[in-house]
Amino acid sequence: MPLQKNDAILFDHNHDGIDRRGFLKCMAWAGTGALCVLEGGVLSSYALDDPARIAKAARGELSFVQISDSHMGFNKPANTDVVATLKAAVGKINALPVPPEFILHTGDISHLSRLEEFDTVDQILKSAPTSDIFFVPGEHDVLEDNGKQYLDRYGKDTKGAGWYSFDKKGVHFVGLVNVMNLKAGGMGSLGLEQLEWLEDDVRHLSKSTPVIVFAHMPLWNIYPEWGWGTDDSAQALSYLKRFGSVTVLNGHIHQTMQKVEGNVTFHTATSTAFPQPHPGAAASPGPMKVPAEQLRSLLGVTNVSYVRKHHALALLDSTLE
Amino acid sequence: MRMRKSRLILTVVASTVLALAAFATAQKPVAAASPSVEVKIDNFSFTPATITVKAGTQITWTNADDIPHTVVAEDQSFKSKALDTDEKFTFTASKLGTYSYFCSIHPKMTGKVVVE
Repeated sequence: MPLQKNDAILFDHNHDGIDRRGFLKCMAWAGTGALCVLEGGVLSSYALDDPARIAKAARGELSFVQISDSHMGFNKPANTDVVATLKAAVGKINALPVPPEFILHTGDISHLSRLEEFDTVDQILKSAPTSDIFFVPGEHDVLEDNGKQYLDRYGKDTKGAGWYSFDKKGVHFVGLVNVMNLKAGGMGSLGLEQLEWLEDDVRHLSKSTPVIVFAHMPLWNIYPEWGWGTDDSAQALSYLKRFGSVTVLNGHIHQTMQKVEGNVTFHTATSTAFPQPHPGAAASPGPMKVPAEQLRSLLGVTNVSYVRKHHALALLDSTLE
Repeated sequence: MRMRKSRLILTVVASTVLALAAFATAQKPVAAASPSVEVKIDNFSFTPATITVKAGTQITWTNADDIPHTVVAEDQSFKSKALDTDEKFTFTASKLGTYSYFCSIHPKMTGKVVVE
């Protein structure tokens, strides 16, 4: 479903950060796949049935893949074989025309923070075309011990509850943790210590540096009724206002959604395990059972390419089939 | 009417037998008589969301969702581990007061225990 030019015009009638018109349009992409290119702040997109243009847009200087919400250990009717679907996702990555330089996993690696669940994911990811994999935790990865087990395994060279930054080919990446110390009635939370670290981390960067932030829970308020947002995300984004190009990649909601607000492009990824309903479309955000033949069309991986010359970031969501 | 009456008598007899049995085995008639209340965790909510109980009531939460949840008092006076599907958490309310609690994984889920 190609986007029209004016899809980048956002409406926020309720001042709640939700552009309902754009929102519905975005939801229509879920499971179908769309390539979105941000050029000079204008979003354009191509349908997945236009391979020539996709190949052109996706061949950037920096190409990486985002996977999310593998929920290893989940075995309920919504997907009784999350091992097979994660393997299919890795197969998808191996089949990419341009191998990714690295992989981001935006959390909920495991379903119940169990040792064997993390082990299984690590084992499956060994078949990926790169061993350079960056993680941030989801709430399912830090169920016990205040996330100690997650940190022991994935938190080397990170600060606090597991946040960190790194640079790749002139792009600054920031991995944030917004699933710890959640407060009653609230949503995701970054906390003061992490916010201070973030402010300091990006202080030295020139404003032309492209910044890519990734975290598990959305850093924009998608649907507060279901807790799909982060209480103090506005504070974090205020530190990124001066940059020309900011991209925020999240997981958690098990479906793709995209929105552009000023200099920031927000994007959520599908899960490799099970789909969740569109906001408000069910009694709760619990796992959505779909007919078996549809499942893989609702799971997937996101391929991201950065083209320095055009300051363009291409996001390509592809499903597992 | 007659049916109901006899059923009531039967129930009372059965309860007495059970209580006696409990007394005989555990030597703790108080525990056998202590009231209990169930709270269901379903569709990312606690039902009923507010319960009012007498001190000594045993409260049991059961997770009926396909996603794990926790039961955590804001003042930490009770705190479950992550409850997977069908797992239970039990807390006996002894001190009077109002306890607000939530799911620490999905903090939009909140509930209240009032101990009178």
